[in-house]
This record gives sequence, C-alpha cells and structure tokens, in this order.
Amino acid sequence: MLDDFFVRALVAGVGLALTTGPLGCFVVWRRMAYFGDTMAHSALLGVALSLLLEVNLLLSVFAVAAVISLLLVALQRRGSLSTDALLGILSHATLAIGLVMVSFMSWVRIDLIGFLFGDILAVTRADIDLIWGGGILVVLAIVYLWRPLIASTVNPELAEAEGLQPERARLAFMLLMALVIAIAMKIVGILLITALLIIPAATARRFSRSPEVMAVLSSLIGAAAVAGGLFGSLRFDTPSGPSIVVAALALFILALLPLGRRAERAEDASQAAQGGHH
Amino acid sequence: MLQTNTDRSNPLVALSGVGVRRQGRWLVRGVDFSISPGEIVTLIGPNGSGKSTSAKTAIGVMKADEGRVERRPGLKVGYVPQKLSIDWTMPLTVERLMTLTAPLSGREIDAALTATGIRHLIRAEVQHLSGGEFQRALLARAIARKPDLLVLDEPVQGVDFSGEIALYDLIKSIRNTTGCGILLISHDLHVVMAETDTVICLNGHVCCRGTPQAVSQSPEYLRLFGARAGQTLALYSHHHDHTHLPDGRVLHADGSVTDNCHPTDGHHDAGEPAGAGRAGPMRIVHVHGPDCGCSHDHRTVAGSGENAGVSRDA
Repeated sequence: MLDDFFVRALVAGVGLALTTGPLGCFVVWRRMAYFGDTMAHSALLGVALSLLLEVNLLLSVFAVAAVISLLLVALQRRGSLSTDALLGILSHATLAIGLVMVSFMSWVRIDLIGFLFGDILAVTRADIDLIWGGGILVVLAIVYLWRPLIASTVNPELAEAEGLQPERARLAFMLLMALVIAIAMKIVGILLITALLIIPAATARRFSRSPEVMAVLSSLIGAAAVAGGLFGSLRFDTPSGPSIVVAALALFILALLPLGRRAERAEDASQAAQGGHH
Repeated sequence: MLQTNTDRSNPLVALSGVGVRRQGRWLVRGVDFSISPGEIVTLIGPNGSGKSTSAKTAIGVMKADEGRVERRPGLKVGYVPQKLSIDWTMPLTVERLMTLTAPLSGREIDAALTATGIRHLIRAEVQHLSGGEFQRALLARAIARKPDLLVLDEPVQGVDFSGEIALYDLIKSIRNTTGCGILLISHDLHVVMAETDTVICLNGHVCCRGTPQAVSQSPEYLRLFGARAGQTLALYSHHHDHTHLPDGRVLHADGSVTDNCHPTDGHHDAGEPAGAGRAGPMRIVHVHGPDCGCSHDHRTVAGSGENAGVSRDA
C-alpha cells in the first residue's frame, strides 16, 4: 500500500500533524509564532550548508535551527534590540543567505520550490520512518516535560520557585521545535511550517477546556487539514504545503461560524450557572 | 498562637548581606533576614525598594551577586507572584490551575478551594475570574501543595477592604494550622497584618525592622478601620537613622551625605537595639499618620548641624 505515493504522503503528513499539534499549542500560548517562523526560515540555510558540506540534510537543518534559536536567546539577554527586530533580522538574513548560497552552487540541481512549499512526490519510505520515528520522540519528550512546560508558560518564576527548572524546559522546547522543523520541511515546506503549528492550535482553542484537550484536539485538526490539503493537492495539482495550509484555514473559519459560537455560548451559560456570581 | 513554636535556631531560609545587581545597578544591598517555621515576616517599602527582588532571591528565583542565601535542603515553596497574567489562548480552569506545578488529589484541591472560599468556582476559567477571585485561586494553589514556606507577593492586591481582612485571617489560620513560615510582601507602608512577627522595611537595603503594634491599641485607626479590622491589621512605626534625599543621595543621622547607603559605610546604627547608643535628637522616630503619604524621602532637612535630618511629624 505504501508503494502509492499518495498513501505515503498521507501517512507522513498525518504523522507530522500529530507532532505539530501539542508543539503548536505552546507556540500559541508562548506567543512564539514569529520565533517559529525565524527557525523555519533558517532551514534553507541548513539545506544550503548540507549541500555545501555534504552532510545529512536533516542533521544540517536541525543544527542550524537549533543554533539560530540559541543565538536569539543570547541576543535577547544582551537586550540591545527588541526581540521583534532581532527575529526580523535573523529570519530574513538566514533565508537570504540560504538562497544566495544555493544559487552559487551551480554544480547541484536543487528543487527550491519543493523546499519552500513542500512536495508530496518527494516523500519516500525513509521519510515516513523519519517522520514517525522523530514524531514519536518529540511527543514522548513533550509528555515527559509537560508539567514544567505548562507551568513555565504560565509563569517562569513560579515554576522556578516551586522547583520545575523552566530554563531546562525552554531549551528542550527549542530543540524539539528545531527537530520538528527539520522533519516537516519536506511536507509543508520551509515558508509554511509555522502555519501548520499555529492554525490547528488556534482552531482547537475554542473547543478546549484544558491545555491537554487543546493539545490533542489540535493534533486531530492538523491531521484533518493534512488529509484535506493532500486530497486537494492531488485533485487540483497544487503544491502540497499551500494546499494543507488552505485546508487548515478552512477548518479555522468553519470553527468561527455560528455553529461554534452557539456551542461556546451554551458552555458560557452552563459555566455561569455553576459559577453563580458572574 | 503558634509564636511559641517558632524555632529561630533552624530557619527555613536565611539571607545574610545579600545584594542583587542588574545592569550595573544595585537593586538591593545588605539584606539580612530569615524566616523560621511558623514565623510571619512582612516586607514593606516604597515602590522599587527591592521587596520582590529580596523575596525572589530568598527562594532562588533570582541569584544573589553578593552575600549568602541559605535554604533548608528540600525546602518546599508555595509562591504567589506579584504579577501573573494567563494568556487567553491557554484554556485553564481553576481546577487545572491547582495542579500547575505538582499533582494533587481531588480532596486536596477541594480543601484548598474551600479554605479560600472559591470552591464554587472550581470549573470556571481563570481568565473569567475577578481580581479578588484570581488572588484567592492563586493562594489556594500555593497552599494546596502544603509548602514549608509560603511566599506571598502582595496577595491582597485587587481585593477590597473586607476581602483583605478575610485573606489576612486566612493567612493567619494557614500559619496556625500548618506551622509553615510565611514571607509576605505588603503594598502598604504602615498597615501590616497583625500576626506579623517581624516587619522589615526595605529601601534598597534594610531601612529598619521591628514588630508591629496592634491597630486595636490606636483609637484613631480603630475608628478608621472598624473593630473587626483591629483584630487583623497592625501599625508599623518606622525607626530610621537616615533619610533618602530626592536626588537619590542619602542623608545620615550624623549630618553626612553619601551617594548610597550600605550597611558597611559606617553611617548606620542598624545593629544596635532601639534606644541604645546614639539616642535623643540623633535618631529619627517617625510614627506615620494615616494620611501622611510618606515614602521615606519626604522629610524636610532643616539646615545643617546638630539638628540636620531630624524631624518629628508624628
């Protein structure tokens, strides 16, 4: 069954969505959307370096994204520029350097559009193993770090005071982000990875009563978006990444429709009844 | 009262000569205090005087750049930070907030919420709580984990006056039933919780320390706050040996002016008990009135010489 390229893409995409669900929730809660974008854009520099130095693509992309995130933390500590400006510099600088480097390497043929927007056809059996293997690793790490991650998202000082080592959780979170970006690149492409992180999480928010529910729900919504996007991509011969993002957006808008609102109002009403004095 | 149970020989946390420096500026310097089991220590002082910094240093959230902080090994802290805003994107009910840093049984959650009087809000989202309800939820969360040391940074902010009395009564009963040590930061310079064992007034350093006098002994305050408050609130009289000038320099009781005030610069008499050593006009004894609005840098300086820096405006 996995001989069929479409089935391979679907298995890989769903595996990826299950991973990006919980991670995307933290990106939303911690307001790190732009940060995720910066790490994703640095992936192209990773691609260029991998070609130049002839090292493993995944390893190279992971290493560059990790270094960029650590660099950002170091620059933030110096406090000379706002995080916003720093992210803008790093994000576009790494993307531009990557593009320039790739154009210099005339001896390699590289499918730039595939890297930027994702490519279903490029998904191999090895990619599936990688996505599911890496995905399970990421999910296990998030489950293990769940409490310190949630607590330090609410308040790092509170987490620190009560012995949860928020800095360690933050570092682990950044490395997990780098890993997910490295494995997501082939499916959704460098420019759209953050969308797969944020849109399903934002869609899940209004249906969730706890962080745990939101994490699981955004995985499921992400998986639905991947499936819908890939079908659309096949049907209309569109690039896979943008198609998945369009499907995710469609689900997000669907959740905004009166159907969703009525559910929320009912929830609010029952809460008010329980809460007594609001 | 549990005061007799306070064992000061083995404190939960002890700070000695602690200084914290950030961006080339000392936030606090020369801070000494300790908290023992069953003891309530209240930090007071004007804005930016280093109350939160000192408390955070005590529990290890901030690192001291000089001096020593000794914590009892395995010390379990319950912390209510001064500012905590929960992003609306995170769905969090009061019940889920309770287990933020450690798992708890349903019974423990119930008990803590009942104690703080918000048991009925267990399923409410924290973003929908009022200021007072949220403070109670944070306090419930901190006490539910049965800490050895409870650190409360302005726990009565956003709470109305009767709610403030109720919260102080609750803090008292937590101390009395669990015997934990409590470090309380008060937003008020003059009125502190009556059960406070030690008041420490900070202004970049320890300005003065002492014990509060019950409000019920002051008919003026009793009239202002009512009899019920008289059981819970207390007055703190400041005993300072120096004045902070508006330009940031310090006028000492001996008439000299320095750029800052360190315990080591020889101008302080902090180590001596009140009334000992230099007494009389050289010591500022300033009992604040309810409307004096004093923040330690207000005192008039009447020329130089013997009377410099001394005023009585009780």
